Amino acid sequence: MHATTAIVTGTPGKARPRGGMTKKRPVDWLLLALVVVGAVLVIAPFYLVLVNSFKSPVDYATSGPLALPEALDFGGIIKFWERVNFPEKVWNSILIAGVVSVLAVVISMLNAFAIGIGRIRGRSWIVLLFLMANLLPQEALLYPLYFMFKSVGLYDNVWAVIIVFTVIQAAFGTYLLSSVYGTFPKEILEAASLDGASRWQILWRVVFPISRPTLSVLLIFFFIWTWNEFLIPLTFLASNANQTVPVAISVLQGDRLMDVTTTSASALLGIIPTLIFFLIFQRTLTRGITAGAVK
Amino acid sequence: MSLATRREGRTKLPPEEPSIPQRRGGTGAYWIYLLPGFALLLVVVIVPLVWNLYLTFTKWKGVRTPEFIGLENWQKILTDGDFWTSFTNSVWMIIAMVVVPTIVGLIVAALLFDVVGRKFGGRVGSFLRATYYLPQILPIAVAGIVIGWIVRPGGDGALNQILGALGLPAYDWLGQMPSALIVLMVVMVWVQLGYPVVVFMAALQRVDPELYEAAELDGANWLQRFTSITASIIRPEIFVVTLTCTIAALKVFGPVYIITRGGPAGATLVPAYYAYQEFFTKRNVGYGATIATVLTIVVVIVSIIFIRVQNSLERKERAGL
Repeated sequence: MHATTAIVTGTPGKARPRGGMTKKRPVDWLLLALVVVGAVLVIAPFYLVLVNSFKSPVDYATSGPLALPEALDFGGIIKFWERVNFPEKVWNSILIAGVVSVLAVVISMLNAFAIGIGRIRGRSWIVLLFLMANLLPQEALLYPLYFMFKSVGLYDNVWAVIIVFTVIQAAFGTYLLSSVYGTFPKEILEAASLDGASRWQILWRVVFPISRPTLSVLLIFFFIWTWNEFLIPLTFLASNANQTVPVAISVLQGDRLMDVTTTSASALLGIIPTLIFFLIFQRTLTRGITAGAVK
Repeated sequence: MSLATRREGRTKLPPEEPSIPQRRGGTGAYWIYLLPGFALLLVVVIVPLVWNLYLTFTKWKGVRTPEFIGLENWQKILTDGDFWTSFTNSVWMIIAMVVVPTIVGLIVAALLFDVVGRKFGGRVGSFLRATYYLPQILPIAVAGIVIGWIVRPGGDGALNQILGALGLPAYDWLGQMPSALIVLMVVMVWVQLGYPVVVFMAALQRVDPELYEAAELDGANWLQRFTSITASIIRPEIFVVTLTCTIAALKVFGPVYIITRGGPAGATLVPAYYAYQEFFTKRNVGYGATIATVLTIVVVIVSIIFIRVQNSLERKERAGL
């Protein structure tokens, strides 16, 4: 509840008073070293990717993967960029993740308005029903969806992926928002109702603006989750021109012509967009995670 | 991600009391707001799910009409060695994605919060937390490529080059067991660790520092304080992390597809990848549907068991108070 409030109001959690920052025993330094070593291990693969993306194959062969590049070589990056037409893949990913996150937030809000504020009957079951979309293995829907999209001509079309993920993300959004709206201040709703506002107006003029911070956390989460998805885009986006960033990179892995530095460059280009989101939304992300978990 | 179910009073939706704008037509009128969401759910989830269940009783190559064969697929699955291997590997995935990250995550979170945060400042703590979290935001496919590149067989893989520099022979990491499975498990630990660290650190903020100080005055050491205070207060989060990660471990697909393709010789097969193979490589749609259905049933059963256990623990706790 604490964290839910945090995402509704946008205030960070109460910081624990920190005393005794100066009293550092040797054992504290040892424990710090332990955590730092762990962190170094976690980012080691990122280091390997970064330094080897800028090496020439010859440089890699002679100096090994750990050394810094002798000279900056953009050959691997250029080769990969051109082979997959990287800007096109980034655009596909942005289009899919962007449309999904907006649609899924709208659907979540409509559902949660009925469930959390309207308190329709049997709402616990309805939430469970929606949550199923998020819980089930996607394989259990995969072939029927594949067949359906083929028969209506949506196969190999970004809209197939957009429709599927709108439902899957909205399932989580419905679950989270329903309980947030369940605690929506009654007085505000009553006051709006007395002023003659219709339900539709209450939703858009009262509930929507007040819950905007929560909605923006959901939006960012849906964007990143959709961006990272693999199975459904892999199955439904067959042609090169429609693929997302993760699918395009993975398809190229089977390519025997890819040398080691180009592979590294492909990983780097796959990491960069997510890294940018991470740096921009770091605070929102950590807030959102804890909100999702500590509800 | 989070399918949180916490203390009953909190998770359960608000009690069914008649409420707010009730003037026209009662709560029934709110149904209309569910229509778009429900229509989409019907088309994308409910219909395909039922269809998939029907497919388990058929033999189908994906073209012409499915041939009804009764329980044949279900009989086949019982004696299918690959199928059992895939579920055994799910257990290994649970160890790599649930057991290890939860335990290590608990230790890291406690150290970051208690030692690093308190003695070295919150900024150092936040920075390290972000570092641990980094692999979590990578597309799983890209994480797989990073590791696949590092363990690349032959002399040009990064790991083999490092071995070479140390004078050791190159090793075919993905070509044999058990190293292929171990590589997969290490990747999953690497990817998953940040999630419990972040969730547990947030949970630790709920712990009242006075409790700690009192325990410290009573002469409790760090480990005693950790087990008696911290672990019991953040139990709801431990539960949420284990449930969500167990479901994720059962459903794992991307890294297997990219790093090992189930190999060598099916040794790293997982149910999701096995179903995918049957659908699109071998064109045994009915059998693929059967594997996917079993996986679905397992996920549902695991979720129900988790929630039941959690609820009964909560009840006991309340009765004890």
